[in-house]
Amino acid sequence: MSFEWPWQYNFPPFFTLQPNVDTRQKQLAAWCSLVLSFCRQSKLFTLDVLEAQESAVFNNNRIHRKLSVEAIQVVFEELRKKGNLEWLDKNKSRCLIMWRRPEEWGKLIHQWVSKNGMVNLVFTLYELSNGDDTEKEGIKYFMFPCYIALYQQNGNASLQNYNFTVKATVR
Amino acid sequence: MDRFVWTNGLLEMNETLVIQQRGVRLYDGEDKAKLDVGVVLLSTHRLLWRDQKNNECCICIPLSQVIFFEEQAAGIGKSAKIVVHLHPVLENKEPGPYQQSKYSYIKLSFKEHGQIEFYRRLTEEMTQKRWENTPVSQPIPTGVGPKAGRTRAVGIVGIERKLEEKRKETDKNISEAFEDLSKLMEKAKEMVEVSKSIANKIKDKQGDITEDETIRFKSYLLSMGIANPVTRETHGSGTQYHIQLAKQLGDILQAPLEERGGMMALTEVYCLVNRARGMELLSPEDLVNACKMFESLKLPLRLRVFDSGVMVVQLQSHSEEEMIASALDNVSDKGSLTAEEFAKLLGLSVLLAKERLLLAEKMGHLCRDDSVEGLRFYPNLF
Repeated sequence: MSFEWPWQYNFPPFFTLQPNVDTRQKQLAAWCSLVLSFCRQSKLFTLDVLEAQESAVFNNNRIHRKLSVEAIQVVFEELRKKGNLEWLDKNKSRCLIMWRRPEEWGKLIHQWVSKNGMVNLVFTLYELSNGDDTEKEGIKYFMFPCYIALYQQNGNASLQNYNFTVKATVR
Repeated sequence: MDRFVWTNGLLEMNETLVIQQRGVRLYDGEDKAKLDVGVVLLSTHRLLWRDQKNNECCICIPLSQVIFFEEQAAGIGKSAKIVVHLHPVLENKEPGPYQQSKYSYIKLSFKEHGQIEFYRRLTEEMTQKRWENTPVSQPIPTGVGPKAGRTRAVGIVGIERKLEEKRKETDKNISEAFEDLSKLMEKAKEMVEVSKSIANKIKDKQGDITEDETIRFKSYLLSMGIANPVTRETHGSGTQYHIQLAKQLGDILQAPLEERGGMMALTEVYCLVNRARGMELLSPEDLVNACKMFESLKLPLRLRVFDSGVMVVQLQSHSEEEMIASALDNVSDKGSLTAEEFAKLLGLSVLLAKERLLLAEKMGHLCRDDSVEGLRFYPNLF
């Protein structure tokens, strides 16, 4: 299934950071959703900034427009503020893209667990991620945010950490 | 040893002497310092050392530079010592006996003993840290070796002081310069008086000198530059002049403004008016001041300053909203426009066209596309 670009992608001003504050807000919102849906479609969980600059997301060759480095950083910062992005290093060269935020993961896990009657059972996150539900494929990449997500679900989960397996009980 | 600085050895206002000891030699790390035996003094704020033979030679180090210190017992043929470990050199340190040192500690070698008491007192001072409570007047240390009394300003206070001095200097220079100029003005006034009186005298004694010569005389005066500055004097300098000027502009500019769609850049106005005048040209300053009076004189013109600093004269009847709406229509028709294209379309100058587009963008009707191809404006579809 090829990616469907939003209308803004073919609108040249989309690739210029707008000075008008209101216009910019709308522009950034559109960029954020574009980046997230692109990553979700391509199953990308991490992004390297330098590679991203060359990728199709920020480069539309058809209209000969590309988003500048500064603007890309602004978009990333916006994603970070919304909770969809986390920097993996101090130099801000690689980041984690969470097209689903940890809280959303937490809810999803909780639902899945309840649905499958695994409440009050101990299981590993590995088992979780290898279920038949392909949506959960992302979980193994999100170990840490997920711990927090689960733990913060109003104390509905308790976590015990043994080496590399994480056992979680969901109440 | 490179942490030491030259000092005049005098204690500051809040500084008191704690203990002093003769017969002390300084060591730079493990090496003997290139100084003779002297007296070491401990104050509430500093550790000083003065050469016994040459009292002018005096160095010191603030106690705040000391990290810690320890005793080194005497040995065979070796005096007891106190080893003092120091913080790294300060950036703006005053000159001292040593430019640099590979050691970050010094030793005080007590040739005539006294190290026990000294160590005790040093411990006390380092514990109490009295220098922190009563800071001595800046800077520590003062003076450069034997040469005392030069107030050296350190840090931001010093820089500010220097700037203040420079400013005063400049002020003085300027007022001096203008003193001459005011004298010149007086002289010029006198000259005008003299020429007037001569001209009158000539007129009185009509019979002696012909009109022809009077005129010639007046032309000489003119060439010297002392003509009656009619315009300013007739209407007075300052506000009166500007008011009259403003009224004149109101009349002159009406037609051209309507031709150009109600708005003209101030530079265009300047060129237009001066070209029309021919003589008695306006200075830009006078023009701006006159334009500022439009509103108070209830003239149908307005001076307007854009965000970018561009100044225009526009008709009062000129409506901004209309302009922006029409700009939006134009852009939408053509899909997108650059400032140059827009200018050509409306017959405006490029500068004004750009201002209008920027204003429309500010209102949120347009958005911009900035690329290597240039700056284009699109209708704001966001």
